[in-house]
Amino acid sequence: MEGIGFYTKKVIEHFKNPHNMGRIKNPDGVGKVGNAVCGDVMWLYIKVGKNKKGREIIKDVKFETYGCVAAIATSSVITDLVKGKPIEEALKFNRQENVKELGGLPPVKIHCSVLAADALYEAIYDYLKKQKREIPENLEKAHQRIEKEKKEIEERHKEWTELEEEIRKK
Amino acid sequence: MTQKNKRIYLDYAATTPIDPRVFKKTLVFLREKFGNTMSLHSFGQEAKEALEESRKIVADFMGAKVNEVIFTSSATESNNLALKGVAFANKERGNHLIISPIEHSCVMESAKWLESQGFKITKLKVDKYGLVSPQEVEKAINRKTILVSVMHANNEIGTIEPIEEIGKIIKRKSEVLNLKSKVYFHTDAAQTFGKIPIDVNKMNIDLMTVSSHKMYGPKGAAALFIREGVKITPLLHGGGQEMGLRSSTVNIFPIIGFAEAVKICQKEMKNEAERLKKLRDKLIKGILEKIPGAHLNGHPKKRLPNNTNFWFESVEGESIVIQLDLLGVASSTGSACSSTKLEPSHVLLALGLKPQEAHGSLRLSLGRWTTEKEIDYVLKVLPRIIKKLRKISPFKRIWKE
Repeated sequence: MEGIGFYTKKVIEHFKNPHNMGRIKNPDGVGKVGNAVCGDVMWLYIKVGKNKKGREIIKDVKFETYGCVAAIATSSVITDLVKGKPIEEALKFNRQENVKELGGLPPVKIHCSVLAADALYEAIYDYLKKQKREIPENLEKAHQRIEKEKKEIEERHKEWTELEEEIRKK
Repeated sequence: MTQKNKRIYLDYAATTPIDPRVFKKTLVFLREKFGNTMSLHSFGQEAKEALEESRKIVADFMGAKVNEVIFTSSATESNNLALKGVAFANKERGNHLIISPIEHSCVMESAKWLESQGFKITKLKVDKYGLVSPQEVEKAINRKTILVSVMHANNEIGTIEPIEEIGKIIKRKSEVLNLKSKVYFHTDAAQTFGKIPIDVNKMNIDLMTVSSHKMYGPKGAAALFIREGVKITPLLHGGGQEMGLRSSTVNIFPIIGFAEAVKICQKEMKNEAERLKKLRDKLIKGILEKIPGAHLNGHPKKRLPNNTNFWFESVEGESIVIQLDLLGVASSTGSACSSTKLEPSHVLLALGLKPQEAHGSLRLSLGRWTTEKEIDYVLKVLPRIIKKLRKISPFKRIWKE
């Protein structure tokens, strides 16, 4: 199979058959990022376990994404890359890995890889928060930035985002 | 079906292949009759003769006189010339132009640029089907108005505008205001020429854009109808071709093809429109019936015979287009991710769609070689695609219930 349009073969493969797609029942952490008004929404679910050495790892991870080809492909790739990884390592994940794994993304779609990384940070943040654990400084910073961006978009598209808020609550 | 040779093309609104009859006719103008229409020798003169013959064919088909049609390179060029050329030639008379909010980007952007040059632009409103109200046009016209530009049919949603009524109202209002010179009426007919009847006199049109590659002619040729007496200034200065309004060596090959394509449309338009309407309505009915949460964009009746446009709840347009492409079907979307822009289509937003709705749009446009079998195939695969994408989407089917 060849690439399509400005997408690489790898992007199309992930888009065609996304890995780890769906919802985890009773997840340990959920990250919900993006906005339907802008055309991309990612929800990432994680289940945390321990490996043989007793380190906390991401035992399972699943995603649900509304969006373009790049949004779906980056979601699929991030789940592959962090599944089974210790939490501290997953936190070091940056979006370039995601882009590299896909053989590149067109510049206009780079924000999709940012969104995928954000969904992961938010899921881990949610987990640590629920466990009443200390939040690492970098993660706290990322969380603040994501919240700020969310607010900015909601301000800009107030009338339109109300509908989405209702959906989020369901 | 994914093999390249079995691809299904449902993007005729974007561009069309050249009709083989057109292709045959044009070949000789690439090698043998290649002359420059400005040359005095026989090579030049045979090209010149063919050019004027082509002009007559195009003019006849719209009810214009031969000296009222000039050839350009694209509909974009024709629209740019119509807006900018009229604006600058009529500065003394006024500085106000009126456009619809669903015009092609070449009209929108030309208007925006004119605004930066000191002209005033009024953007009309449209209803939920994309229809412009002739009464709104009348209200928007003032003593400073020099041009109204409303497209004949929209390229995305296929809605056909009430051009005849708008033409009438502009004429009447110009008389009521007792203007020295009539407010000019321009229409972009790139999507309608060759598909539905057009008569520039009956419709009171002063300038009209038409394009070759939307009607089975080659790319690189288009035309602008300019009614006799309309004051307009050229954008391209040079050798004075096309009655001094469009200097450039005449690109004879695609123009010959354009004229031949017009001839074919003249003969076949009526039957073809009937055939396409049946297929169009089958496609619309099938999609709305088979896919929950599917909505039609544009007017159900006043619509191009070959256009369908939908939006689907909880899925994004580009994903649909690529899934369809993987199954051999070429389509398009006005969603954000369709191109290099991240905003959804200005046309769909003008209809009152929310951005998250506009993001889920899909256009399937039919043409001369579309078969019922192809429509059946789309009706088979599209419901599966939407289902699959909804499975990936966190929203499932909770919008608009």
